[in-house]
Amino acid sequence: MQNAAAVSTAARSAAAASRRGTARSRAARDGTERVIRGALLGCALLSVASTFTILVILLAQTGQFLAMPEVSAWEFFTGTTWSPLLGAEKHFGIWPLVTGTMLITAIAAAFALPVGLVVAIYLSEYAPARVRTALKPVLEILAGIPTVVYGFFALTVITPFLHDHVSESFGTYNALGAGIAVGIMILPIVASLSEDALRAVPRSLRDASSALGSTRFDTSVKVVVPAALSGIVASWLLAITRALGETMIVALAAGGLAHMTANPADELQTMTAYMVQIFLGDAPAYGVEYRSSYAVATVLFAMTLGLTIVGNLFLRAFREEYE
Amino acid sequence: MMAGLPATARARRSPAAIAASAPANSQAGRRAADRSFLALCLGITSLTVVILAVLLITIWNDGHGRLSWDFLTNFASRKPAEAGVKASLWGSIWVCAICALSALPIGVGTAIYLEEFSRRSRLTSFIKLNIANLAGVPSIVYGILGLTAFARLFGMASADSPITLGNPESFFYLQLPFGHGVLAGGLTLMLVVLPIIIVSSQEALRSVPRSLRTGSLALGATQWQTTWNITLPASIPMIMTGAILAMSRAIGEAAPVLVLGVPLFIRSTPTNLMSDFTVLPLQIFNWAGRPQAEFHELAAAAIIVLLAVLLTFNAIAVVLRHRLQRAAG
Repeated sequence: MQNAAAVSTAARSAAAASRRGTARSRAARDGTERVIRGALLGCALLSVASTFTILVILLAQTGQFLAMPEVSAWEFFTGTTWSPLLGAEKHFGIWPLVTGTMLITAIAAAFALPVGLVVAIYLSEYAPARVRTALKPVLEILAGIPTVVYGFFALTVITPFLHDHVSESFGTYNALGAGIAVGIMILPIVASLSEDALRAVPRSLRDASSALGSTRFDTSVKVVVPAALSGIVASWLLAITRALGETMIVALAAGGLAHMTANPADELQTMTAYMVQIFLGDAPAYGVEYRSSYAVATVLFAMTLGLTIVGNLFLRAFREEYE
Repeated sequence: MMAGLPATARARRSPAAIAASAPANSQAGRRAADRSFLALCLGITSLTVVILAVLLITIWNDGHGRLSWDFLTNFASRKPAEAGVKASLWGSIWVCAICALSALPIGVGTAIYLEEFSRRSRLTSFIKLNIANLAGVPSIVYGILGLTAFARLFGMASADSPITLGNPESFFYLQLPFGHGVLAGGLTLMLVVLPIIIVSSQEALRSVPRSLRTGSLALGATQWQTTWNITLPASIPMIMTGAILAMSRAIGEAAPVLVLGVPLFIRSTPTNLMSDFTVLPLQIFNWAGRPQAEFHELAAAAIIVLLAVLLTFNAIAVVLRHRLQRAAG
């Protein structure tokens, strides 16, 4: 408050100072200021416009898709068969794609959330400074690798490994290989954001805990992690959002068969992989298959937006603030 | 301070709880738990290092045999021996340049508005909430936005008989709608990286001490003069670092470009903003998706090229940050 007052006083005295200058210069200066302010506001409104446009496009196209004679809204939201490209019997039930996406995301989360948290705890609570400076670039490189590279890795390293060492039932395309690759992709997000949250916990809490005779493990798990929980959960939700929307890994390594399965050795199709199949192929624009990809995108968008909003609310509601 | 007090008290209770339960699990037991947890930490952390090492080594082993000058200067080909990345490399460079030239001013402008010019209002908090939500939108959804808004111009102009401006031979030849040319690709990637640039630029501006601003304002400078002469120069190193990270993201994105419907097989480099193009990640996707081992080698070689470009970007970021910090300090 005091600062704001200081600034406004300064501004007022500046205005007074410039009043002594020529009238033209002051008017010109105020005019420039207004124009620039407007231009900057325009930049900021562009991002609002893009959200709005995404919503309008998705809803309009989904509406048109659901109104088509081959499609029923009831089947779309409850159906368990997705066979849009198979000849006469076309079925548009979204659930096979949703469960496919969820299985991939669950595998990725089962790998990345605990591993990322342990890495974060190690970096923040245990690692000596030298080890930390050596390890941070590893995470940064992992975070910077394009997802198509992870797709290639899943196809040429993870899947052959699963086939040779785990079970013969893992084919060229399988959910587990793709899921692990997605997990590797989101691991740096969990690790670095959770580490930020852990490091934001004030030192005094750790000191108090050690003074009471806690080991570093006790301090980390029973004091620091609970204190940073909102940040950790936010990093988890962000990572899950990224896993839901991940496209190139699943398009390369998970296959193209839309069916409901919980078997990680199975080939499956996610929502994003279906969109790739449609946009890559030559389905006629404005045909029913083509429009169906917009409906799938709408469901995906709703899921990720919901998670992002929940994450932000969580961060705001449970943030522990320290002096 | 006041708001934080109950939380602090809650967190402080837990060490006491630990101490109370100490007799039950002996000190030696807790020490052992500490040691085994450290071992677990070390094991899992080295796992991430091993993953990165295996990833880089297998890609190098698969791809380095295909790397040659010809690989960089040949177009894609059905014959693996003659295939190269010329079209996709140049496509990536064009698209990334357009993305940087459009995303930087808009992103930094938004950050300046939010940090320096906006008042606390419903509009401001709505814009902030909106940017936080945009960061979570999957990149393939931005591809759909780019397809409708840029490639098709909302269907306002027909793709069969586009409105043309200028001569197709010239550098700034334009047509409406943009179709799947480099301009549409670059602008689509701009949408993808905009939230990243806005958030990192906001952090950069926030890190500039308030005293510099009040000093400038007290000397009679306007808000914009203060921003342009004082705040921006002081935050440029951090803004550039964020921008280069955003560009690394842009150059590795395949999904939004794929949605635009770019041709997968092209034998030309872009000459103007409307030229057909493909990008490195899409070329990698194309090769990696084929069953033959030769094409997997080509994919690995293209990945090496892509990672080399990314590494160059990051090296530039480090040098730039260093230089600018010295200049500013």
